[in-house]
Amino acid sequence: MRKPLPAWVDISIMPLINIAAAFVVAGIIIALIGENPFTALAVMIKGAFVYKGALGYTLYYTTNFIFTGLAVAVAFHAMLFNIGGEGQAMIGGLGIGFIVLSLDPILPPLLVILLAIPVAAIFGAIWGVIPGWLQARRGSHIVITTIMFNFIASSIMVWLLAGMLMAPGQMSPETRHFADGVSLMQIHHIGNALGWPMARSPLNLSFVIALIAAVAVWVLIWRTRLGYIIRATGHSEKAVIYAGHDPARIIMIVMAISGGLAGLMALNEILGVQERVILNFTSGYGFTGIAVALMGRNHPFGIVLASLLFGALYQGGAELDFEFQTITREMVLMIQGLIILFSGALALMFVPAAERIYGKLASADRSSDTRKGEQNG
Amino acid sequence: MKFSLYKTIITAISGLFLIGSITAQAADIKPAVIYDMGGKFDKSFNEGVWNGVKKFTEETGIEVMEFEVTNETQREQAMRRMVDRGATIVLGVGFAQADAIAAVAAENPDVQFSIIDVFWLDAPNLRQYAFKEHEGSYLVGVAAAHASQTGKVGFVGGMDISLIRKFACGYVGGVKSVNASADVFQNMTGTTPSAWNDPAKGAELTISQIDRGADVIYQAAGGTGIGVIQAAVDSGKLAIGVDSNQNGIAPGSILTSMLKRVDVAAYETFMDSKNGNFTAGVQMLGVAEGGVDWALDENNASLITSEMKAAVEQARADIISGKITVHNYESDSACPY
Repeated sequence: MRKPLPAWVDISIMPLINIAAAFVVAGIIIALIGENPFTALAVMIKGAFVYKGALGYTLYYTTNFIFTGLAVAVAFHAMLFNIGGEGQAMIGGLGIGFIVLSLDPILPPLLVILLAIPVAAIFGAIWGVIPGWLQARRGSHIVITTIMFNFIASSIMVWLLAGMLMAPGQMSPETRHFADGVSLMQIHHIGNALGWPMARSPLNLSFVIALIAAVAVWVLIWRTRLGYIIRATGHSEKAVIYAGHDPARIIMIVMAISGGLAGLMALNEILGVQERVILNFTSGYGFTGIAVALMGRNHPFGIVLASLLFGALYQGGAELDFEFQTITREMVLMIQGLIILFSGALALMFVPAAERIYGKLASADRSSDTRKGEQNG
Repeated sequence: MKFSLYKTIITAISGLFLIGSITAQAADIKPAVIYDMGGKFDKSFNEGVWNGVKKFTEETGIEVMEFEVTNETQREQAMRRMVDRGATIVLGVGFAQADAIAAVAAENPDVQFSIIDVFWLDAPNLRQYAFKEHEGSYLVGVAAAHASQTGKVGFVGGMDISLIRKFACGYVGGVKSVNASADVFQNMTGTTPSAWNDPAKGAELTISQIDRGADVIYQAAGGTGIGVIQAAVDSGKLAIGVDSNQNGIAPGSILTSMLKRVDVAAYETFMDSKNGNFTAGVQMLGVAEGGVDWALDENNASLITSEMKAAVEQARADIISGKITVHNYESDSACPY
């Protein structure tokens, strides 16, 4: 007998089962190449959380995934599949570059930073709203247009960074360094200033901004009128029209918010760590955001947890590469791929079985309850 | 009182460690190498370094810690991690790691650092290797001009940066020194790092040069070069390899290879460190230093005529003696040939 799973099982136990399944398969492969899978797991966990600075690196990756995961989730609530996070983040970074490179000689650093944060969101939003407009007013499918906009964004980056924005006197396609002080403060600097010695890591204030964004998205989707209309648009456009709203307008608003969140990812990379605009700073975080949103069930809380898992995988995975000569970066990529596969694409694989087990448990529970009732009666 | 006792103990302990580390230093070093995004088996630049590392390990029995970066942030992280793990010498591969190594070298004055293809940094614990690729390219240019029947030869570069233009310019110089009226077609694969890994586009560019009459094509394009070689071989023309000795990829169809001995740089870095001979500063390796050369082996013996060999050896001797100065594109961003 199958019984639908209660919400808490769906958001807590099912993801754990999926991850466990992925680890089992990855463990078998690691055993096949002749390493001990348990040692490898220990190295990964230690590499992600324990050694000096590891947690900082994990949370730094987490920051990227929170932004891109939220971007995908917001659009998904309106049933829009935004796979353009990569491009929107690139353009967001470009926006930061424009504002900082043109203003840092004349304005104080703090002011430049305060200007750069909204500009990152605005540039990302513009890159999201154009496909949104094409979908809403012209019926071009958002999946196709956002993919194409990734390519356009990447070509623009190449053209600018290998051309007019390229720093002279070196060979990498990147801009000059930002002026001193124009960067989001790194957490270990703050910690050291407050008297808590911390290991050096790229974790910076954008992590805090990411957490604020997660709360803001939760408020927006579940506690505001606009959020209600967004969810309604996702369920039934006709109902929204009947209620007197324009779904096309909602689609554009949603894509602007989504693009803006993706654009904020550039804060972490450009303003927090690299302190210059470089090519490929997005490194696929925009695409991983899709898996993060899937795994987090499009809920900000779930997304933060999923981001933490992916952050730990990225950082702990690199540690595997350090520790074992036989485990190369391709192996690490495969382990990450397995986890994405099991928790994203195969997320529902274990649901029927779980429902059956849950059904059995629940009915056993009920029959014992009734028996108890009879005795009392 | 209590505090000073504590301090004494600490001093004593650290003193012990100090003695320990001094005696350890003479005996063993802990080398580390950080390959760049191309990966250590790219059949070209990174793999050349790996060959040098392998040779060092085979001769000395000292294991070398290795890491291949996958994103921008990892370059600096990997260097810091290597230092944390006790590395005494860290070798960075490629100019993309210049920023990272400059930062980490400044923070760790007691650790030795070395980087390949960079010459513009300055730190007391950093050695930089740069190669006179223009000289090696000149040599293969001389060979190409002798091998060409049509008087037209080609060059396919990877990413369009001054380093690769330096290859191209030296090559043109070598070709024109033999046949002043020769045509040299030049194409770059792209303007981004992905141009190092686009064999399909490399093959297309090569075919278009062959269509215009080129019959010897020199490539300096990393992983893209495999496509160049394949296209030239398929059309029955000759290719020239780069960085590693690539003659063996298609025996009988690769005229020669311009050897850039990054393996020597890697080997020498670790050996010097092991023997206590590590020095900072810029090492410019040209023909005279054995840093660049042309490759002669059984795979291309049938292609090299005695006249060609004599001409290349003459050019080689002239460069060493200073009779020929090959123009370095990077000195003025222009090519006079």
